[in-house]
Amino acid sequence: MHVHFLDPYRPRTSLIHQLDPRVKLVLALAFIFTTALTPVGVWPVYILLLAIIVSVILLSDLGLRYVWGRAILAFPFVLAAVPIIFTAPEPYLAEIPLGQWTLTISATGLERFLSIAFKSWISVQAAIVLAASTPFPNLLIAMRAIRIPRLLVSIFSLMWRYLFILADEVLRLNRARASRSGQAEGSTAKTGGSLVWRARVTGGMAGNLFLRAFERSDRIYNAMLSRGYDGEIRSIPLPRLDSSQLAIIIAALVGLFLLLLLSFAL
Amino acid sequence: MLYSPEPMHIPDGFLSVFVSILLWIASIVVIAYALKRVSVDLDERKVPLMGVLAAAIFAGQMLNFTVIGGTSGHLMGAALATILLGPWAAVLVMTTVVGVQALIFQDGGLLVLGANIFNMGVIGVAVSYMAYETVRRLARGQRWGIFVGGFVAAWLSIEIAALAAGLELAISGTSPANIAIPAMAGIHALIGIGEGLITVFALAFVYAVRPDFLDAGKVKAVKGSLVWVTGLLIALALAIGSPLASAYPDGLEWVAEQQGFLDTAQGSLYEIFPDYVFPGVSNEALATIIAGILGTLLVFGIAFFIGRSRAGRSATS
Repeated sequence: MHVHFLDPYRPRTSLIHQLDPRVKLVLALAFIFTTALTPVGVWPVYILLLAIIVSVILLSDLGLRYVWGRAILAFPFVLAAVPIIFTAPEPYLAEIPLGQWTLTISATGLERFLSIAFKSWISVQAAIVLAASTPFPNLLIAMRAIRIPRLLVSIFSLMWRYLFILADEVLRLNRARASRSGQAEGSTAKTGGSLVWRARVTGGMAGNLFLRAFERSDRIYNAMLSRGYDGEIRSIPLPRLDSSQLAIIIAALVGLFLLLLLSFAL
Repeated sequence: MLYSPEPMHIPDGFLSVFVSILLWIASIVVIAYALKRVSVDLDERKVPLMGVLAAAIFAGQMLNFTVIGGTSGHLMGAALATILLGPWAAVLVMTTVVGVQALIFQDGGLLVLGANIFNMGVIGVAVSYMAYETVRRLARGQRWGIFVGGFVAAWLSIEIAALAAGLELAISGTSPANIAIPAMAGIHALIGIGEGLITVFALAFVYAVRPDFLDAGKVKAVKGSLVWVTGLLIALALAIGSPLASAYPDGLEWVAEQQGFLDTAQGSLYEIFPDYVFPGVSNEALATIIAGILGTLLVFGIAFFIGRSRAGRSATS
């Protein structure tokens, strides 16, 4: 069993997939930035932003179901903003008596909460489209283009290259643990051993994983050395962005800026 | 599996633009300095090592164990990376891990990535380093120092990073300070125990097989006093500052109002951080939690000071 299913990239031939990764990265960041800058409760602008990202999803051929399904993963964090509903000032929408206290639902608090949740949901969709329509090596090119230091980008690229191998390693460790442990039918059964014992087993697996990573990195280094590595990772110079791609970036940025102005005018 | 949403990874939309950009700048400064230090201090062998170790930390999050009922503990890895690689390389490794989590698995947002890197990569590493070095020096080279130090480093790095995240949420006006901070601190005090146990037993395994990895850390410690002091300052500031902010939210409220003013320069009609009364939660319980955490952290702080001065004296004599 391999864990390649974890790679979020979905190969398609859509317009969005063919877009230059640098354009995509810049536009995704600009979209998220614009969304973050819009004030609370400007619902017409939020709907426009949602319309933009939904049309991008449709253009990208990824399917709304896939993107929205993944977007749910980021949702539990909404809990952190729930208290704001009850702590904001008047006007209150409802007062719920709870024994000797009353729980007040504030209108401003509710609006703020819904705005945070909605903006977060729109932003995560943009991030999903970026990751699902761009292979990671192309994202690395985009990272270099926005001047992320070369050493950091090479750590990113090495990490990505070995992530799936080490994840397979973890699967093997997990399988070995499972095959050496008894397991009762059904998941409600009491877990075996004391907490410290279970932690010791898992900790041993983590230590094992790290040592394997160390040893692997030694072999990788020797392989790199024998192919001429001298501490510098070289890559092909990036092609220049052509004028049509620049035009896309400028048009999209102007559009987002206008939306932002609109959100403050409302 | 790889993307288990944790309360530590803040998504986009939950931090104000001001806080996000401020922490981006802070993270970029630290990363730039770490890059400089790593390329000066370390040999080129370390580049593949950092990449593969980042992959191992990422994959290591799939190693989990049942804590109680349905909850399970797994690894954040800042402490383990710091102990095995030294602080500067660990900053880069954690930056890579948190960056890929956000960019590929949407575990944490992109605009708030700077804040997440700061919490887990900068604060997590600095605090781990400070705690581990202190305990190890207190132990004067005895073996238990490695393990006790590993546990304290792992627990404290999780706890302090969580306090930072809670404070950031409160300053952004997303969650009231007197709820966000105790909640984050309480949840992560438990999560930190899982992290601490895994870290200790991972160190025990490494020590049994390759003790040279853990001894090599002693050489690195010589040049690390800047990190040590930073780690201590961050830990103390957050351990004392955030419960205070949580108990007396007026100061924070003022910050948030100023900032809310910046965010909505056009005079939108909302008040970002209202005068809250929170009727639903019994404040005595919260006060107890805060007092408990504050006390624990103060004790840690004092222990570290004593440890530091003792280590200094034994070095001179």
